[in-house]
Amino acid sequence: MPFKPVILWTDALIFLLVAAIAALAWTVRRDEHLRAPWAKVARSRSGMCALVVLTAFVVTGLLDSLHYRPRLEGTGGAVNYGAEVRSAFDALADGLRTRTERTYSAPLATHAFSRESIERAHGTQAREYPRLRHGGAHLEDPHGERWPDVGRKTLAGAGLALALWTVLAMLLAALLAMRHREGIDGALSDLVHGCTEVPWRAMLLTAGALLAVAGPVWVLAGSYHVLGTDKVGQDILYQTLKSIRTGLVIGTLTTLVMLPFAVILGLMAGYFRGWIDDLVQYVYTTLSSIPGVLLIASAVLLTQVWMDNRPELFETVSERADVRLLFLCLILGITGWTGLCRLLRGEALKLREADYVQAARAFGVRDARILTRHLLPNVMHIVLIAAVMDFSGLVLAEAVLSYIGVGVDPSMISFGTMINNARLELAREPMVWWSLAAAFLFMFVLVLAANLFSDAVRDAFDPRMRSSWALPAALRPAQRLRAGSA
Amino acid sequence: MLAYIVRRILYAVPILVGVNLITFALFFFVNTPDDIARMQLGQRRVTPEAIEKWKAERGYDRPMLFNPEARGVQKLTDTLFFRKSVSLFWFDFGRAEDGRSISHEIRLRMGPSLAIALPMFLVGLGCYVTFALGLAFFRGTSLDFTGVVLCVAAMSISGLFYIIGGQYLVSKLWNLVPISGYGDGVQAWRFVILPALIGVVGGIGASTRLYRTIFLEEMSKDYVRTARAKGLSERRVLFGHVLRNGMIPILTGVVVAIPALFIGSLVLESFFGIPGLGSYTIDAINAQDFAIVRAMVFLGAVLYIVGLLLTDISYTLADPRIRME
Repeated sequence: MPFKPVILWTDALIFLLVAAIAALAWTVRRDEHLRAPWAKVARSRSGMCALVVLTAFVVTGLLDSLHYRPRLEGTGGAVNYGAEVRSAFDALADGLRTRTERTYSAPLATHAFSRESIERAHGTQAREYPRLRHGGAHLEDPHGERWPDVGRKTLAGAGLALALWTVLAMLLAALLAMRHREGIDGALSDLVHGCTEVPWRAMLLTAGALLAVAGPVWVLAGSYHVLGTDKVGQDILYQTLKSIRTGLVIGTLTTLVMLPFAVILGLMAGYFRGWIDDLVQYVYTTLSSIPGVLLIASAVLLTQVWMDNRPELFETVSERADVRLLFLCLILGITGWTGLCRLLRGEALKLREADYVQAARAFGVRDARILTRHLLPNVMHIVLIAAVMDFSGLVLAEAVLSYIGVGVDPSMISFGTMINNARLELAREPMVWWSLAAAFLFMFVLVLAANLFSDAVRDAFDPRMRSSWALPAALRPAQRLRAGSA
Repeated sequence: MLAYIVRRILYAVPILVGVNLITFALFFFVNTPDDIARMQLGQRRVTPEAIEKWKAERGYDRPMLFNPEARGVQKLTDTLFFRKSVSLFWFDFGRAEDGRSISHEIRLRMGPSLAIALPMFLVGLGCYVTFALGLAFFRGTSLDFTGVVLCVAAMSISGLFYIIGGQYLVSKLWNLVPISGYGDGVQAWRFVILPALIGVVGGIGASTRLYRTIFLEEMSKDYVRTARAKGLSERRVLFGHVLRNGMIPILTGVVVAIPALFIGSLVLESFFGIPGLGSYTIDAINAQDFAIVRAMVFLGAVLYIVGLLLTDISYTLADPRIRME
């Protein structure tokens, strides 16, 4: 095999999560009553547009989660694999990864950002801006040719995007035509006039906007550094795209860790009352009274020391960074389950008095069965809302934690480490703004999409509490974290 | 009332004990003092003697929970748990890695932290309530819609962006206030104003949106309809009824944060070089000075519990229907 697949811990959990979501989608599809709120989400215009954007991020993140170690060339009979763990995304964006410069260069630049001493042919020295190794290296006369070339490439990219988008729109129209058993003309006109139940037109326009940005960037990235390079000459575009996975992992796996604690303890406390209730309440009050950032910081620092003292456990740098990411998710999850647990306990207290639960008890149904069959399905909407709403807060929290120095491993590319590395660049003269701007922009788009989508989900699942009253802000772990730190 | 307060205070005791146990487990069992010593001394100079010396200098050379060699009650008191963890109850925080007294540092640094956090809290509350009330007044119009959209957008921007961008714009580009640092007395305002302002701006999205919902919920209640029905102007309804009743959940909600103002905010202080407790904690985290971090964890928990206590009291004051059981 030309490569050896590597399944890191977080990869395994991510794919577990994907499988769980797929299974959930399958159950929901078959059940009219479960489908109704999702159909409402599907009718929300802002929610579905946000979903298109989120899908783009998730696909990038998933591609970046298929890891392998490439086989090394020319080692005779023995088969050796490189120590560097790469991902399918790295393979796709190989150019971005390998075309590094020596140091800073501005977006779309052909020359380095600062002067260097250059030895001239006849022995004299001069200080000038050297040509970049890769950025615009194909140009004969960079000063005259650069902008026309960038314009041409942008147009080519836009054309590519338009072609792709047309194909996408046609496919969608054909699909709609098939489903509604009408002609493709009718489906197209519905689409154009926006009179479909699911806001396909808005979604298509969002996809078009995404493609209109991605197409030119894709073409330009072949011969330029579209977002410039950082201090060690690595492409910023590559880094921001790699950061997406880290953000997604933190936002989703933390919830995965927190759910068992919150659901099991919360339901048990509310259902059984008595000493179990007292104990669970005591545990979550104690945990939540420690300021979130400080608890996370100390837990991360201590796991760091633990890992530093045991270097033999990790084969590669990536594995080490990955385990640290996993620990961070664990810590965020263990410190963050209290808010949801409190909510679920309250809900279980209410539900245990409901007629159907009383009836089940009168019939002699075992407690475990009542909990799983009657209580759990009826609190799932709260769990779902909490999971979706926490996502954006966690992505933002990662940046703050990495900035403080208790986030992900410094060798792991994330929005936080990018911002942390670039924090002093604004003070340079002239200023280096692109790496900060890129990190903030991508993070903003991701978090905004997540926020809009979570609003749509909340409105659909919790009609009682329309717009932002679902979870008291003070109880939400991510909010608490943000309030305490920023 | 007094009996109620006393009872609430007594409830807080087991929680503090729990916090103490958690911090002890976290700081002494996950990594033993030997591990910490190895880390602090660096990889090269680690010899068993050096570790023992490091531990002896800092009082870590005792057994964890029970000292069989000591006599009488000292079997329990001459232990790490008693010396390092139980002592937190009487705010004996011990010494930092550089030998300075942590309690002294905390007293010294509370002022600057409060100088940032208090204006931030008050101005912020005023701004958010004003904006939220404005949006509630114009509910259903395009102004309201734009406001909510802006709130969601503001919520989606990282707090770090406000800090980095604000410092760059105001201090570097416009040169209005010093970039970072702190001065005593009257001069302090020049250093305080920008971080406090940035803190206010950073929270604008989430809080305005939350308060707007509170006001809207209040506006859908019967007494508001009655007020309108008897012919009060919309302005009177808004300020006389909705604002006053809406402030109850808002104020009782923010009371919990008041004691925590002493701790300040971690990132803001470290970014603007304010010598407060937030930057103290960050420096300790970066230097891996666990004595300070432990002290701050405990102090933070104490202040939060005090905040909860104040919340309970303010509830009973604001709403007589809540019984003091």
